Amino acid sequence: MNAALSHPPLLRVRGIGKRYGDRVALHDASFDLWPGEVLAVVGESGSGKSTLLNAIAARDKPDAGSVEFQVRGGGLQDIFSMTEAQRRLLARTDWGFVHQNPADGLRMDVSAGANVGERLMGLGERHYGRLRASAAEWLQRVEIDPQRIDDAPRTFSGGMRQRLQIARNLVTQPRLMFMDEPTSGLDVSVQARLLDLLRQLTRQMQLAAIVVTHDLAVARLLAHRMVVMQHGRVVESGLTDQVLDDPQHAYTQLLVSSVLTP
Amino acid sequence: MTLPLLHIQGVAKRFTLHHQNQLELSVFDQVDLSVSAGECVVLDGASGLGKSTLLKLIYANYRASEGRITVQSQNGPVDVTQVAPRELVSLRRDTIGYVSQFLRVIPRVPALDVVAEPLTEDAGGNPAGIEAAREEARRWLARLRIPERLWHLPPATFSGGEQQRINIARNMIKPKPLLLLDEPTASLDAANTDTVIALIREATARGAATVGIFHDADVGAAVATRRVNVGEFRSQP
Repeated sequence: MNAALSHPPLLRVRGIGKRYGDRVALHDASFDLWPGEVLAVVGESGSGKSTLLNAIAARDKPDAGSVEFQVRGGGLQDIFSMTEAQRRLLARTDWGFVHQNPADGLRMDVSAGANVGERLMGLGERHYGRLRASAAEWLQRVEIDPQRIDDAPRTFSGGMRQRLQIARNLVTQPRLMFMDEPTSGLDVSVQARLLDLLRQLTRQMQLAAIVVTHDLAVARLLAHRMVVMQHGRVVESGLTDQVLDDPQHAYTQLLVSSVLTP
Repeated sequence: MTLPLLHIQGVAKRFTLHHQNQLELSVFDQVDLSVSAGECVVLDGASGLGKSTLLKLIYANYRASEGRITVQSQNGPVDVTQVAPRELVSLRRDTIGYVSQFLRVIPRVPALDVVAEPLTEDAGGNPAGIEAAREEARRWLARLRIPERLWHLPPATFSGGEQQRINIARNMIKPKPLLLLDEPTASLDAANTDTVIALIREATARGAATVGIFHDADVGAAVATRRVNVGEFRSQP
């Protein structure tokens, strides 16, 4: 066993579940995630994908199970045993959350530069020149012309808004990103650009990510591993090519065989 | 006698098609095969007998229904039918090379970077390592006669033969102990086919264990050190 493989995971999820009234939205989901790993969560609407994502990202507390995260210099810690302040700090620094609709993750009426700088300011950075320089650098990394630094995202196209949302999250060098259907609101040509960008950034930054998507091509391109969900349960998991090339569960077979290939 | 690099014992493969009335298709009942360093095993058998399936079982994108498939990695033997997903990722990165029939195109990534990627991944962020990886990629592209004007374009628009050569370069640029080849010369002209034969022989000479499928009998004859008919692995014809 080589050294990299014997490290503890970055994230350990065990037996998490969530009910809304009588309805079981999520049942007994468990997995580990290591640094640099991208995990896709696929399934149709209502399968529990977003419930799973929101539970792990501490946006909606699960009724059962545990979520542990490897905090910097502190080992695996249960995120729901932390104080609210600790959890908020984690969400602002070591985690990122990319929403399907960029308007949910951006301040639409403040400048692009201020959107990118906000998390740094939250960490105490007050030096205007440094904030502006980091914002300009991140705009460039997500392929937005730094000349647009003073423009509000309301004036941006959908693809630019989504790239800005990514820059806003990555500026604090997080180790874990949550992404909820990051490409599904975009035109196909714009999707390809965003996917390639995400693929490069996750590799360069050794970023772990959980990507919720209903698009199997997105999973194929971005993810090392995937889990397939149906009716709130994980019905199949494995390496992306195992699940897509040799699906075992009836529901996965249906998903894979329903895709149109141009 | 050294341990075989690849040791397949009692492997069966069945597909259950849940949406075709639970139809069960049996491809293999019993695969037993060992391949040592410096061997190039060419798989024979009619189309549909499961030659590609056998390669996919070894690469483990197909999951064996029974049996064990043991590969010697730097860190000792690994059974690909049992190993944890991320250990399999590491095994594919360092030990098992697989040239599939078709290139899976990545949007926007230029041919040079597609080919260099297995080496740039190992370089981490080190600029000298990345440049060395790109230099090696240029050598592979030149040797496989990809015109230099194409190197900086994404391969999506390339011809079938060009894409196939990009795929060969990408999957052979990093020398690995075990090499799986699924019709790597299917769309190539004579000159490029000869180059690929030379590449496979060089891999065998450096001690790689290779399992290959070649629709072209001359190519198979030129590289094989042993031939195996996959029909032997099925109980019924």
